[in-house]
Amino acid sequence: MNRSKFFSFCQTYAVLILIVVLMAVLTSLSDSFLTVANILNILNQNAPLAIMASAMTLVIIAGGFDLSVGATFAVGAVCSAWVALNVNPYLGLALAPLVGLLLGVLNGLVITMLNVHSFLATIATSLIFKGVAVVISDGRLIPVRMDTFTWLGRDKLGGVFLSIWIMVAFALILTFVLTRTSFGRKVLAVGGNAEAAILSGIRADRVRIATFAIAGLAAGLASAIATSRISMGQASAGSGFELQAIAAVILGGTSIYGGVGAIWRSIAGVMLLALINNGFNILNADPFYRELTTGLIILAAIGISSIGQRAR
Amino acid sequence: MGSRWTKPPRRHVSDLSADNVAIAARGVAVSFGGTSVLRDIDLDIHTGEIHGLVGENGAGKSTLGKVLGGYYTASAGQLEVFGKSIGKWDAPEALAAGIAIMHQELQLVPALSVAENVFLGIEDQTFGVLHRTEADRLGELMDATGFYLDPDAAADSLSIADRQKIEILRALARDARVIVMDEPTSSLAKDQIAQLHDTMRQLRATGRTVIYVSHFLDDILDVADRVTVLRDGNLVQTMSAENLTKGEIVSAMLGGTKTETPFPPKEIPTSPRPVLVAKDLRNSFGVNGVSLTVGEGEIVGLTGLVGAGRTEIARALVGADPSSGHVEIDGVPFVNRTPIRSTKRGLVMVPEDRRKQGLVMTLPVRSNVSLPHLRRFAPKGLMRQSEERQTTQGIIDNFEVRPASVDGDISSYSGGNQQKVLIGKWLVGDPKIVILDEPSRGVDVGARQLIHEAIAELARGGAGVLVISSEIEEVLGLAHRVCLVDRGQIRATVDAHDTTEAEILQNLFQFQSEPAEAAPA
Repeated sequence: MNRSKFFSFCQTYAVLILIVVLMAVLTSLSDSFLTVANILNILNQNAPLAIMASAMTLVIIAGGFDLSVGATFAVGAVCSAWVALNVNPYLGLALAPLVGLLLGVLNGLVITMLNVHSFLATIATSLIFKGVAVVISDGRLIPVRMDTFTWLGRDKLGGVFLSIWIMVAFALILTFVLTRTSFGRKVLAVGGNAEAAILSGIRADRVRIATFAIAGLAAGLASAIATSRISMGQASAGSGFELQAIAAVILGGTSIYGGVGAIWRSIAGVMLLALINNGFNILNADPFYRELTTGLIILAAIGISSIGQRAR
Repeated sequence: MGSRWTKPPRRHVSDLSADNVAIAARGVAVSFGGTSVLRDIDLDIHTGEIHGLVGENGAGKSTLGKVLGGYYTASAGQLEVFGKSIGKWDAPEALAAGIAIMHQELQLVPALSVAENVFLGIEDQTFGVLHRTEADRLGELMDATGFYLDPDAAADSLSIADRQKIEILRALARDARVIVMDEPTSSLAKDQIAQLHDTMRQLRATGRTVIYVSHFLDDILDVADRVTVLRDGNLVQTMSAENLTKGEIVSAMLGGTKTETPFPPKEIPTSPRPVLVAKDLRNSFGVNGVSLTVGEGEIVGLTGLVGAGRTEIARALVGADPSSGHVEIDGVPFVNRTPIRSTKRGLVMVPEDRRKQGLVMTLPVRSNVSLPHLRRFAPKGLMRQSEERQTTQGIIDNFEVRPASVDGDISSYSGGNQQKVLIGKWLVGDPKIVILDEPSRGVDVGARQLIHEAIAELARGGAGVLVISSEIEEVLGLAHRVCLVDRGQIRATVDAHDTTEAEILQNLFQFQSEPAEAAPA
């Protein structure tokens, strides 16, 4: 491998390199890190965020941003808890993804019909969604203490949490969609050069709406899992998730300018952030340094990737 | 406080009259990425003259203007500015030497006031805190130069002519003695052009020099003292504008030698069946009643001066822009035109700007090829990758695309190879009618020949072809019939085999100088 190939390798796999380094460090510092229980725990806790980041990848590749997924998550949480409590727990769990899908479609329609930047539009809709969540829950916590509701977030299949299976399946499906279907090709083309895509006969607006719909669906699905696990619906759930999801996507190496990216990158981005948190927990490190360390590691990932780019 | 509007003089005032040559170019050449754009230019620009630079599209007049204005560095040759030899050079350095350039696209900050724009970057300040003296300084500058504008008006609230005045004032505030104006009249109305010409005369009266780049010969003749004609990157002639006629300029524009590879032989079908018929197309993007017919196996050319509306006609035909009027493909009306429907009906357009409109640079070659044909390559939504690769390989072999990789990163390809992929991608699926907008712009000679062959082959195969080019020679060499476009209308259609380039150019300039009212509705 010559010099420029090495740099280009670094750029492509910066996030994986950091994950390996971090895992090696944590393994050497603590016996309790590299255990099945701990790894499963990390994956389980971060499954909802990973699902949202996977879908956010499509939005960003198509040239958009969705700042409303945190609020969509909140609506999903209170809806599923309220319906579970008052109607049927299974219906409650099934409703969250559908509500998310609906809100995602709404986002897409607002953005394409008003022809505004998704950044602006989703700031506005996120406030609206948040308000809806507050109204539905009447500003209160909605506890749902029944096994018929909490199974989704707590049960295991083959020794692995259901949430992890769902996350893996969701990421694989989106990967397949992005790389093997004509829809995925349209997403890449619209984000890479919208004008060329339109002249090639692609309905760019529909493609954009679809990416926001998927992001909404993912936020709803994630909220069902998380609400089920903590057996509680509340309007403040999911705040800050939109920024964490976007950070994970970009940390993974998907271009913020659109047109380039991959689902696995965003999963890796989520896991890198998760490892940092986990490291602080198992090492009993001073939590005052957590944000400082997270920031430095993100900077390192960006640095490696940009050095690789310049060497090209 | 006498003249706060100028920076302290860097030169002696006597410089102005010491030598009457402002800029002397000797053997100046410019090439971009191996393509030679200007060759061996020898030219003296005198102080206190208005010097016109004219030439066909792509002759290099704009490039020469930008070299003289410090926007491009010459790749060979000597440039002397007021007796000082210039090496590597850029806009700030040119400005320091007393040369300012006014671009076709004005470089103003829209939300700032006239005064703030004029003194942008040279404000009176103390440690970054502005003294807010711009309005007063502008008042003095306007009194001294005779150009008046409202100092507090926002730049974007003014007309284009007034915005140009801001640019000129900005140049004068920096003590510019030569101002290069690149196509300044292209978006001006008649009375505004007269106003600009008065401005130029005023500049000349104060001993300043104007270099006036334009493809409007009438405008140049109205105001210029001397005219330099360029053709194909060579300087043909510099003439005194006194008693000069348009005819003399046109013949000089065509007079130089031009190297051209032979065009493929034409097979002209006799009374072909019409495959594309358009009647009275109109829209707000600059199409003003266009009717045309393209027959089976026929190549029709569209040519005109810059801004004539050729591309707009093509976009109206395929529905990239909305338009009224009637279009028929193969005798069947084509209504509710959109690019998607048009591709389905077998009418495709290869757009002029491959970077902006043609290719998705973030996708590999094969994904670009299949993009307009996703229904074909993914009938049930799943990409058939082997088919996609096979088709792409076919294009690579056919057009000799290099590097010859179906997964190649198209953004790293040369312009010629990108253009081959762009044309190839639109020919997948054997379309009935192909519109090619500037098919050989910015490509090397080899690629150009290959593209010309492909166009001829397309017509031999029975497709109707519409070729748009600003190079009259290319249109004449390829097309069977040529439509002359002016202001969104087809003003004449001529047979390619009994027309010369000179006649077409004469006609185009003739149409251009006719007032809009005289044009047929």
